[in-house]
Amino acid sequence: MSIGILSSILLALAAAGYFIGRARAVSAAGGDTRKLHSLAGFYGQSVALFTAVPAFLLMAAWLFIQPILIESRVSGQLQQTLAPDASLSLVMADVRRLANAIDSIGTADEVAALSPEALTARLGEQGVAMGGDMSVAQVAAANEYRLLSNQSRTGMTVATIALALAGLAFALRRIRIDFRARNVTEQFVMVLMIAASLIAVLTTAGIVVSLLFETIHFFKLYPASDFFLSTTWSPKFGGGSDLGIWPLLWGTLYVSLIALIVAVPVGLMSAIYLAEYASPRVRTWVKPAIEILAGIPTIVYGLFALITVGPLLRDYFALPLGLGNSSSSVMTAGLVMGIMVIPFVSSLSDDIINAVPQSLRDGSLGLGATPSETVRQVVLPAALPGIVGAILLAASRAIGETMIVVMGAGAAAKLSLNPFEAMTTVTVKIVSQLTGDTEFASPETLVAFALGLTLFVITLALNILALWIVRRYREQYE
Amino acid sequence: MTDLSASPAAAPVRASSSLLTLDARVRRRNAAEARFRGYGFAAILLALLALVWLLYSIFSAGLPAFRQTVIQIPVTLDAAQLDKAGNRNPDEMAKASTVTYGKVLSEALKAAVAQNGIVIEGLDDKEIAGMLSQEAPAMLRRDVLANPALLGQTITFQAYATGRVDGYYKGRVTLDSATRDSNVTPEQLHLADALKEKGLLSTSFNSGFLTMPDASDKRPEAAGLGIAILGSAYMMVVVLVLSLPIGVAASIYLEEFAPKNRWTDLIEVNIANLAAVPSIVFGILGLAIFINMAGLPQSAPIVGGLVLTLMTLPRIIIPTRAALKAVPPSIRDAALGVGASKMQSIFHHVLPLAAPGILTGMIIGLAQALGETAPLLLIGMVAFVREFPAAPPSGLFDPAAALPVQVYNWTQRGDPGFVERASGAIIVLLVFLLIMNTLAIILRRRFERRW
Repeated sequence: MSIGILSSILLALAAAGYFIGRARAVSAAGGDTRKLHSLAGFYGQSVALFTAVPAFLLMAAWLFIQPILIESRVSGQLQQTLAPDASLSLVMADVRRLANAIDSIGTADEVAALSPEALTARLGEQGVAMGGDMSVAQVAAANEYRLLSNQSRTGMTVATIALALAGLAFALRRIRIDFRARNVTEQFVMVLMIAASLIAVLTTAGIVVSLLFETIHFFKLYPASDFFLSTTWSPKFGGGSDLGIWPLLWGTLYVSLIALIVAVPVGLMSAIYLAEYASPRVRTWVKPAIEILAGIPTIVYGLFALITVGPLLRDYFALPLGLGNSSSSVMTAGLVMGIMVIPFVSSLSDDIINAVPQSLRDGSLGLGATPSETVRQVVLPAALPGIVGAILLAASRAIGETMIVVMGAGAAAKLSLNPFEAMTTVTVKIVSQLTGDTEFASPETLVAFALGLTLFVITLALNILALWIVRRYREQYE
Repeated sequence: MTDLSASPAAAPVRASSSLLTLDARVRRRNAAEARFRGYGFAAILLALLALVWLLYSIFSAGLPAFRQTVIQIPVTLDAAQLDKAGNRNPDEMAKASTVTYGKVLSEALKAAVAQNGIVIEGLDDKEIAGMLSQEAPAMLRRDVLANPALLGQTITFQAYATGRVDGYYKGRVTLDSATRDSNVTPEQLHLADALKEKGLLSTSFNSGFLTMPDASDKRPEAAGLGIAILGSAYMMVVVLVLSLPIGVAASIYLEEFAPKNRWTDLIEVNIANLAAVPSIVFGILGLAIFINMAGLPQSAPIVGGLVLTLMTLPRIIIPTRAALKAVPPSIRDAALGVGASKMQSIFHHVLPLAAPGILTGMIIGLAQALGETAPLLLIGMVAFVREFPAAPPSGLFDPAAALPVQVYNWTQRGDPGFVERASGAIIVLLVFLLIMNTLAIILRRRFERRW
């Protein structure tokens, strides 16, 4: 049974449960709802919750665990028959594809009777492309896979509906006049809300665990010292690659540095102008206009770098100065990223400058300082920690940015000072090592997880530091 | 302005004794003031100019994608050639491949050229046939299979011109560049001009750009956003359905019920940090958990939706909490005072009052998710997809594309026609974002209450 139908059945059961539960409560009170502990609706709600929620949770868990179990069972059988040099994950991909296509060819017995070549041809007719001809063991595995999937699907349907009915019966049996339905319902809802707020923690845990797990896996295949100390990056998918992080880290930092050189003066000065000089009318129009820059998706900036800024810098700066002939360069990516980061600096700085108490300004102006002297000598020193926090947040944003550098910075891993040369960054390499058909056993793919972990740690450290600074600063004046 | 910061002893040194005449020092300070103010103004101007430049560059490159050059030719659909069995059964007619239809079309174009008396020196038959997009025969075939009654008739078919001829009318290709281009000859462009003069070739609005699927490397003129728009819509549905209830539930708990202790602090710090984790890290998470571990299919909208949900959740929780916090405590007190439970006071009174703010935050979160590209690259949304996904819920597991990823995909292709398509796709994306943000602003303006 498909998940859609199953979900509708569960929802229908829950709805039925609500009305039955409500009616049962009313009849238990002999039609006089004043005798009930709670409003009649709560009795219905408690039944509906006990019917739907456990069943849906079971369904989600089943869907998540089923493929893992089946996969390990089928691949365990297959492994013994496999040639030692064959890759299990590629073979399993074929098995899965065949398992999905079996119904369009014929019954399982017919498929098993076909020769490997005939099978590939038949699959081709159905538009299913295979990695190669299937061995007998693979066909058997595919049949097994399909059988297990179907069994498991049936099992899931039966189990969830049974659980829903059990929940329904349990909740209905509890209904009496003095059953504290409101308290039970509210307790239930509370548990659900706590679970929802835990999802954020689970996400972080998921990120850390999956990154760590694969990174450890990577360091078993490739020495960690080479990864952290080598200065060459040249992945070869045949093996024997150099996977040093330094060229990537250098590119990342260089691009981010240029971005900050663009964004900090522009962002800070516009924040000062908006906070100290602009009339309220100008402010209401200009502030949102600058914030549009933050709302534009990064892919747009990437395209802008690719079709406009890159060629422009190449034709008017790099070529005449003899510094390079590539339209994707650190400068291109840095400049465009700088534009993107402006609102991050300006918005936060604006808030922070506005939080500086007016009395400080009045004191300075009263002593005869001009407004600009007030800003430079009183407001900015007072706001400095917050502004540093804003810049750190912008830096973390720039370091983690992907699309602009993928489209604007190039793919060559180099340690060079020339800003008009194409260089690459950590994020670009994560994308290039993980897109396309990847096999999760080679260090060339797994390195992406180590890079991801590095990126996560750097940005997390910057964020925590920045948030800590900003929070401390806010407390200072509140 | 007098210089009070100077010591009294220095005062007599003042060159001018009048407050009304500016001495050099005051003038210098005033000039510094004006300069500082100027820098601020220039910074704002620079930021706004960057915005205008960005939009101008995208729009000028992308608007031509919404127009397409078509060649109108009368085509005689010969039943003997296209329906060999002669029984008008679409299944059997499908045996006539696009190659056959291609021949029909090129013959028709040749006939039309001859009929209109167009003679161009050095133009051979192959070049005439090469005026038409490689997609045109497939489109004709689709039309005929959908409506077998057309067989035997002479219809006026609007055939797409190739990307180069199309580019000629958009300024991308010139007679000069055609001499160096192996895909187009100057003679073909002369023929295009002649056809245009006879009214057979025209450039008009291209609805196919919004409805057709992606096309292969050689046919930028036939590449459309149909699957990408649908895929993005599916993902947004998943994000909405999952993140609205979860986000609101989490916000209510944290804002209204959570005790102030270490555990709650941990959750809050966690959410603040998650909002700033680079989006690509969520892509890695999706790849490791949803695809490798749970075995969900690659390039499926469900995986994209789940990844974007995890990414959007913290960005929704933050404004939702702000909206809940903005409802004054007197509302809660009043509800509690007449006997409501805490849960009732929140669900019956606080939540409805906070709803406009929550919806605004939700829409803005969705808009951010719609434009997100990097995590989708890692979960295989870059795949080349020609088949439209089925209707949800089963369609959520079919391969699909996504709008921003389609843009990236097109920029990686060789033909310059794809740059125009990519920019056009960005315009579509920006229009969606504009609509969503306008909706959010209207909601905020009309329904948000200030207390």
